[in-house]
Amino acid sequence: MRKGQPDRLTTGLMQQIADRSEPVELSYREAVRAAIRDAMIRDERVFLMGEDVGRYGGCYAVSKGLQAEFGPERIRDAPLAESGFTGAGVGAAIAGMRPIVELMTVNFSLLALDQILNSAATLRHMSGNQFGVPLVIRMATGAGRQLAAQHSHSLEGWYAHIPGIKVLAPATLEDARGMLWTALQDPDPVLIFENIVLYNMMGKLAADAGPVEIAKAAVRHAGRDVSLITYGGSLWKTLEAASLLAAENIEAEVIDLRSLRPLDDATIIASVSKTRRAVIIDEGWRSGGISAEIYARIVEQAFWELDAPPGRVCSEETPIPYPRHLEQAAIPQASKIVAAAKSALGRGG
Amino acid sequence: MSAAVDKPRLSRAHELDLLKQMIRIRRFEDACAELYTQEKIRGFLHLYDGEEAVAAGVIPLLESRDRIVSTYREHGHALMRGVPMKAALAEMYGKQEGCSGGRGGSMHLFDRATNFYGGNAIVGGGLPMAVGLALADHMRKENNVTACFFGDGAVAEGEFHESLNLAALWTLPVLFVCENNLYAMGTALALSESETDIHLKAASYRIASEAVDGMDVIAVEAAARRAIQAVRQTGKPYFLECRTYRFRAHSMFDAQLYRDKAEVEAWRKKGPILRFRGWLEANHMIHPEDIARIEAEVAAEIADAVAFAEAGTWEPVETLARFTYAEGTA
Repeated sequence: MRKGQPDRLTTGLMQQIADRSEPVELSYREAVRAAIRDAMIRDERVFLMGEDVGRYGGCYAVSKGLQAEFGPERIRDAPLAESGFTGAGVGAAIAGMRPIVELMTVNFSLLALDQILNSAATLRHMSGNQFGVPLVIRMATGAGRQLAAQHSHSLEGWYAHIPGIKVLAPATLEDARGMLWTALQDPDPVLIFENIVLYNMMGKLAADAGPVEIAKAAVRHAGRDVSLITYGGSLWKTLEAASLLAAENIEAEVIDLRSLRPLDDATIIASVSKTRRAVIIDEGWRSGGISAEIYARIVEQAFWELDAPPGRVCSEETPIPYPRHLEQAAIPQASKIVAAAKSALGRGG
Repeated sequence: MSAAVDKPRLSRAHELDLLKQMIRIRRFEDACAELYTQEKIRGFLHLYDGEEAVAAGVIPLLESRDRIVSTYREHGHALMRGVPMKAALAEMYGKQEGCSGGRGGSMHLFDRATNFYGGNAIVGGGLPMAVGLALADHMRKENNVTACFFGDGAVAEGEFHESLNLAALWTLPVLFVCENNLYAMGTALALSESETDIHLKAASYRIASEAVDGMDVIAVEAAARRAIQAVRQTGKPYFLECRTYRFRAHSMFDAQLYRDKAEVEAWRKKGPILRFRGWLEANHMIHPEDIARIEAEVAAEIADAVAFAEAGTWEPVETLARFTYAEGTA
């Protein structure tokens, strides 16, 4: 199956539910749940494994109700053994299953980093293409719920450093619903980062919304004056910033990266070549982060197109604190994005 | 040797084959050490000398559909499993005719054809994978056994405990085989474990276990037969601790400052090949010409493997990034 193209099974399902193309109101959480449920129905090799995904219904209630529908074998509660059950996901994937491993938060994923980096990401190359790992690992990321310094970080940029895996950051309902199935078709490990502030986000989505391609960035708002490049939870702050800028007659173009590995250089460079100015917004830390990588690629590939040095809005170089005012001060906000965009345009900041 | 209770039918042909397989591993490792000094093999090289009875006793009892997860000291496992010697040696040369395409080297022998899942060089890292392989079999109701080899050093890792718990909790058909050679690199077992009787640890996860003299190939074989049968019949994990000893250094960079030469010599006298051969001779079940034949056959196989590895080719630099992802997807 080619990326982004529905396979025959998908097409058949789509035809069966053609009368369900009316938009329905749902949350990001429900969109993720629908994606898991859909995958479970379509492919008996798919199963969900993680801490409290079954009886509890998921730490963020994503998998609520799924164990009742699919049973405890396929909605598999795991003990607090991140490395153990992530590695079990690696083994099951090698043996032909299509596991979805849920890690409660990105901070906990560090306990599974050995399996993600040393096994999942390396096995195909190290074994001379004998053993691929078609594993999907989902986890929550990001700050905004006052969960303090061990539940709030944004480490997806770290994972994007690793060859052998793919890193996705669905920011919209459509992507929350559509990326999972495409990721499950991928013959290699795919990590999906769900920003925790998005789970309650409501919106409309076609009842029959289906798989989406996962390799391209999306222009979420077109503009000609400055490119605002972001992903995940920061997308909505960036769109808010674009509205504020529009009120000052600045037309910002908002790029939603969607995939952090691979990065869609073509979409980034095309936008920057048009606007000649760029600001990168990343909830990760600035030093050595994905924002630095994007910045470097812009400079490497579009240096002569630029009218100003690119700017960055990242999290402050500190652990995420608990009190709301400090937490919010630590992460990107629309006001900071507006200031950075204006600075890039030479209009103060 | 072992009590007769669990003794399998010991035919002369079978016994000669056990002896041959252990000699084959020993001579192969000797050749590897020599090739290392010639700089044909580079990187880390971990040899299996002294531990041959474990691989020879356990692995032939597995079915071809069963699965094996191994460690970075896996040459003996690979050879016993049927990974061609020439492909294993070419891998250590880094040649693309190697069993992992030359990408992995000595620590990362992989072979899909024989369900040989490496060659894992993170201590304890293979155990969760073994759990997952067995989980897939469990969910599909396929009656396969996953044999997972690891050393005493892995016992200190969290992944060891997580994996034993998962395998027991989820009723997964894993045969855990601990090759207890008394040293985690240079750290003696007593310096790294509060409980040095390793097989007892399995009891806290309600996993049936036993410890066996890992220098006695017949004892290992008998225990492995019981263990594999139990896993196959119950679908539950089983823990087999094989008490053995590594004759050579941990790797080729190890000056062995942590153990006395006398200790090594004492263990060498209990060596699995010496002991089994002595027993066969004492029972008049082997003749000098048998030994000569075995040595000649093994020497010829090794010579062929060396020639194959020497004649092997280097992967072109142009394909360096190939298989980082599946072809055509990234």
